[in-house]
Amino acid sequence: MIDALGDPQSVLVLGGSSEIAAATVRALPRARLRRVVLAGRPGPALDAAAQRLTASGIAGVETTDFDAAATGAHQRIIDAIFDEGDIDIVILAFGVLGDQMQVEADPALAVEIATVNYTGAVSVGLHVARRLRGQGHGHLVVLSSVAGDRARRSNYVYGSTKAGLDAFAQGLGDALAGSGASVLVVRPGMVRTRMSAGLPEAPMTSDPEQVATVIVAGLRKGKHTVYAPGPLRFLMTAVKAVPRPIFRKLPQ
Amino acid sequence: MNAHVSPLAPAEGEELLTGWGRTSPSRARVVRPDDITDITVAVSQRSPRGVLARGLGRSYGDAAQSGGATVIDMTGVKGFSLDADSATVRADGGASLDSILRAIVPQGFFVPVTPGTRMVTVGGAIAADIHGKNHHVSGSFGAHVRSVDLLTAEGRLLTLTPETTPDEFWATVGGMGLTGVILSATFDVIPIETSLISVDTERGTDLDDVMARMLARDSDYRYSVAWIDSVASSGRGVITRGDHARADQVPMNKRSRMRDYDPAVRITAPSLIPSGLLNNMTVRAFNEAWYRKHPRQRSDELQSIAAFFHPLDGVQEWNRVYGPRGFLQYQFVVPDAASGIVRTALEKLARVGAPSFLTVLKRFGPSNPAPLSFPMPGWTLAADVPARVEGLDRVLDELDELVAGAGGRLYFAKDSRQSPEMVRRTYPRLAEWQAVRNRMDPDRVFTSDLARRLEL
Repeated sequence: MIDALGDPQSVLVLGGSSEIAAATVRALPRARLRRVVLAGRPGPALDAAAQRLTASGIAGVETTDFDAAATGAHQRIIDAIFDEGDIDIVILAFGVLGDQMQVEADPALAVEIATVNYTGAVSVGLHVARRLRGQGHGHLVVLSSVAGDRARRSNYVYGSTKAGLDAFAQGLGDALAGSGASVLVVRPGMVRTRMSAGLPEAPMTSDPEQVATVIVAGLRKGKHTVYAPGPLRFLMTAVKAVPRPIFRKLPQ
Repeated sequence: MNAHVSPLAPAEGEELLTGWGRTSPSRARVVRPDDITDITVAVSQRSPRGVLARGLGRSYGDAAQSGGATVIDMTGVKGFSLDADSATVRADGGASLDSILRAIVPQGFFVPVTPGTRMVTVGGAIAADIHGKNHHVSGSFGAHVRSVDLLTAEGRLLTLTPETTPDEFWATVGGMGLTGVILSATFDVIPIETSLISVDTERGTDLDDVMARMLARDSDYRYSVAWIDSVASSGRGVITRGDHARADQVPMNKRSRMRDYDPAVRITAPSLIPSGLLNNMTVRAFNEAWYRKHPRQRSDELQSIAAFFHPLDGVQEWNRVYGPRGFLQYQFVVPDAASGIVRTALEKLARVGAPSFLTVLKRFGPSNPAPLSFPMPGWTLAADVPARVEGLDRVLDELDELVAGAGGRLYFAKDSRQSPEMVRRTYPRLAEWQAVRNRMDPDRVFTSDLARRLEL
């Protein structure tokens, strides 16, 4: 239960090694936090993420095996986590970017990206929503992207999965309206993480900590959509208005 | 399952519930039984996440809500009867003190304990073991209860009394509804000659003065409380004390109506209130006016029951004035030896910018045998604060630490943010209560958001 002053007791991160999710967990009020479940593919990255959170003074960090693409196991995994106790905040943070040039050459790679970013998110998102609704309270934070606001030549496969995820998350939030559970859609711009390492920086690029601040404020205020940083909302409104023939020629 | 109904959208009969502070909502299936049979059915057909009785929703936090569970709104089961010979009332769990007072005051009786609102049910009064302005002489509500009829998870009806079933009785008193559903109870009422209170008022120029005056003369009065100006750095306040007026204290021309009782709701708070309406400036202005309104000293003023005990009941839904983010009431008790914490608390709340126009100080008398009952001898301070105040969580955690260190504790009926560790530390008999509860409800069928949050 998130208490009267907004302090949560439990958090589940889907995509447990996500840097944005880790920053968000660190930015949350932690005085009542007693359980943080990092769900992800087992391995050094997940273990390291758990160790870093523990080292930063967060109690009750645990890991659990979760593969976004293995949708058949989602129900069992989500039920097992919720059966241990209510979850106040679920952060859906997994996603792969892929290299657009390779993806165009090998459609199987595109299927992989779509399976993780979209299919897997829809599957686990619905299972989480069922459990949040069942407990009558809780937030699902969905890490979408401005890449879904408008498809770009340089990453349209990734962008299309985020567009689909974003639409799914909005609809899910509407479906849950009045249920006690809610969905927060987060649309970061470019974020300095492992995913974007080596790519040229776009305007309004932010650090995971800045995205985390936006997420925590959005949760506190009961928002349903936030951009990170906030002014990206206006930039993206402008970007969406640019005619295709011109947009195509803009530097990507 | 009907394929045309969304399994995610709220279903028929489900509602979002909060406490009086309007924070931390959760959704539950709410049933509104008219009689005891319906209550039994509701308990047996409960949600897998359990069941909880709810009264008039005056607990500030999450005591009367339970996400995903079945919540039984008890206010439809509200019968009661007065036995004037034995001076007792037998009332259904959902009967309100309001309705009971309306019936018994004209007959010359008063409830043994009333909190600052009469809009509470008998079941809630027992479950929270409520206290009032007479705690220093009369104790809390549970001390006046002769028997409780309790419905258990398996649908059995237990009659609990302090003599025959002390463990179960005292686990239910103050048990926050977690031992079963209080179907009905019999409690003592006190005889009164009039419906008026004879009130002595005095102002204290600072907190030390207020406390000294209370220490010196509280024992002379049945009822005593002090309002503290939380914005003034001095901690000045107004002490009001009194007792039920005798017939001979009422002027001759008013004696024919001296048992009249007609508390009225005067106004309703508007539904849309901006979040910052109550700020340091408006509260300062209110407090100044309130302090000045009271004379330095006044004796034997006759006040109505409503004016003396339940002033805020005159404003319906006053809890809205704190705006959409809601509010909480921080209420602690500390032993006399730690009376300095009262000042520290006021200073810390003022520093974080938490304007409180309802800050109340009172002396408690002895505890009763209930393991989870809140009152203990010493000082209790209650302050309403808006939840939106930045940094309030840390400041209240610091205060918790001081309160716990001094051997004090917080009141479950007001709590919406303390930690499970705080509860374990400050209610040393929690394990004893849990052992009785586990015997009475081994499957933890009766549960609430508060019980889950605090690991009761």
